[in-house]
Amino acid sequence: MKKIRVVIAKPGLDGHDRGAKVIARALRDAGMEVIYTGLRQTPEQIVGAALQEDADAIGLSILSGAHMHICPRVMELLKEKGLDDVLVVVGGIIPNVDIPKLREMGVRGIFLPGSPMQDIITFITENVRPRVEQV
Amino acid sequence: MKAAALTRKQRWEREVLEPALAKSPERTGPFTTISGRPIERLYTPDDLPDFDYQRDLNSPGEYPYTRGIHPSGYRGKLWTMRQFAGFGTPEETNERYKTLLAAGGTGLSVAFDLPTLMGRDPDHPLSLGEVGKCGVSIVSLADMERLFEGISLGEITTSMTINSPAPMIFAMYLVVAEKQGADWQKLSGTIQNDILKEFIAQKEYIYPPRESMRLITDVFGFCLKEVPRWNTVSVSGYHIREAGSTALQELAFTLRDGVEYVQYGIDAGLDVDDFAPRISFFFNSHSDFFEEIAKFRAARKLWAEVMRDRFGAKDERSWKLRFHTQTAGVSLTAQQPYNNVVRTALQALAAVLGGTNSLHTNSLDEALALPTADAATLALRTQQIIAHESGVTNMVDPLGGSWLLERLTLDMEQGAKEYFSSIDRLGGMVEAIEQGFPQREIAEASYKFQQAVERREKVIVGVNEYAQEDEAGVPILYIDETTAEKQLARLEELKGTRDQEAVHRALDALREAARGTANTMYPLLDCARAYATVGEMCDALREAWGEYEEVPLI
Repeated sequence: MKKIRVVIAKPGLDGHDRGAKVIARALRDAGMEVIYTGLRQTPEQIVGAALQEDADAIGLSILSGAHMHICPRVMELLKEKGLDDVLVVVGGIIPNVDIPKLREMGVRGIFLPGSPMQDIITFITENVRPRVEQV
Repeated sequence: MKAAALTRKQRWEREVLEPALAKSPERTGPFTTISGRPIERLYTPDDLPDFDYQRDLNSPGEYPYTRGIHPSGYRGKLWTMRQFAGFGTPEETNERYKTLLAAGGTGLSVAFDLPTLMGRDPDHPLSLGEVGKCGVSIVSLADMERLFEGISLGEITTSMTINSPAPMIFAMYLVVAEKQGADWQKLSGTIQNDILKEFIAQKEYIYPPRESMRLITDVFGFCLKEVPRWNTVSVSGYHIREAGSTALQELAFTLRDGVEYVQYGIDAGLDVDDFAPRISFFFNSHSDFFEEIAKFRAARKLWAEVMRDRFGAKDERSWKLRFHTQTAGVSLTAQQPYNNVVRTALQALAAVLGGTNSLHTNSLDEALALPTADAATLALRTQQIIAHESGVTNMVDPLGGSWLLERLTLDMEQGAKEYFSSIDRLGGMVEAIEQGFPQREIAEASYKFQQAVERREKVIVGVNEYAQEDEAGVPILYIDETTAEKQLARLEELKGTRDQEAVHRALDALREAARGTANTMYPLLDCARAYATVGEMCDALREAWGEYEEVPLI
């Protein structure tokens, strides 16, 4: 079976990357291929990385409150590039009122502070698109 | 060979402990601090062989200040209760400051939003969605005037958490003070201005390390002439700890950062005793009570020794480590948020028992959002209860002489010195950062901690134990988009009304100073007076120096 490929990205101006790095490592230890984009990535750069890396999933780490600007743009660009089947999950500080709005725009996994790493690994494993074996 | 005589502790272990354990074993543990350091079940005088009061501890107000820098501790003056605050527009934050001062707060502490912290104006593409969210939006001198409207800068001390654009924001503050008629010579406060921990942990850097260090030594040189009572840098372990370091790493990296600033100051031609007394520190107070107290005490001792023996400082004020503390934001949980009040109270007590000079207590809702006014007031009340009801302020260093605490303090000191040696071998802290050394150490520690939480070796109440399904929420502060709209409109208006010619002249002078060796603070003051924006000032230096980009590592 091919490994699940995940792009972990830190959009916006915030530099608090503890969560992104811990999750990146946990996913890698769980057998996934992890591409960590580093800090201050625009939605364009993140979707570009997903395209280039043939990612099955994108994980966005956002703590600054900018999620209602960043997520819609990422979802829109994914659609434009025909990457609608890439699983998008967001982790960070997300007020409850924003959760239904994020789900509606297609963000499938939303993980708040205190989420066990195992829950995130399981969610991604169970929800990524099935990989077609390349011949 | 003659067997060594048993120590009192060994005798107790054999005769009393072992039979007791045979009947009822201990819990499985592990018995470690939150940093993963093993802790013994009992500490006795045997854990402090050759301990010499005079040499290893000494009394408060005496070198090496382990027990405190003031002979009378908090009997003289309580710590400054300084609550970090800022959100939305300058007017909204100004109102919060007035609330905090009316509630008995004794100093101000400004939280800036991410665009300000990163030197970007609200109309920059990366500012999208960030304006006013994590702090107050400050674009130009006009916003700084609004922020301190009705607050006399000559009478209050202000701490400003700003790093890459610290000299720009400081210049604006000085111009506001000047306009209020305050005397710079008497002005007091702090700018964080600690770029090294940004490269290490919080990542709010703009310029490459060496150019960034030059900005800091420019501030040292400027302040000793113009604003002699200003704390020019607040060397911060707080963010290092929040990024996942252990207590020891926080201590070691922070103090080694301090050493780096002193070295760069000396290399810039300054006399150590002229600028070192204005260096202050900022630590985290995390949940492991005794480990934290030991950290604070060891910090004072280490700094005194480094300043006296490594740098040959003669002035006692250069030896005395003064520090601010903030309780651990990262320990707050989104689940069962009222539990955070208890966590914060314990962490604040550790800071006080460690002899902090100033303290911020976090609010119960900060794992969810910026705090509401009620939550911020309760956090301040927590400090007031410790100060006035607990009795711990009646005596100096009440835990001094505890076998446990003195052992932990000595071990902290030893561990930090080992880290100092490793960093010295790499060529210094700037070089260590360029090689990713502290970054890797922290990433490793934070992953280990997360794994321990996952395995439930470390219990977080309400999260991995004692979780509750039907949790009641707490009210939270929701920052909407009106701040961004307002700040964008103001920026446009500003550009239409200010003297553009004067702005360009000031920015040109700044660029020129940056390319040469003149002190950048003077042209920055002229930029501030001309209402140049934070983004414009930072861009001028970007043009001269370029930007830093880290190699992402996981």
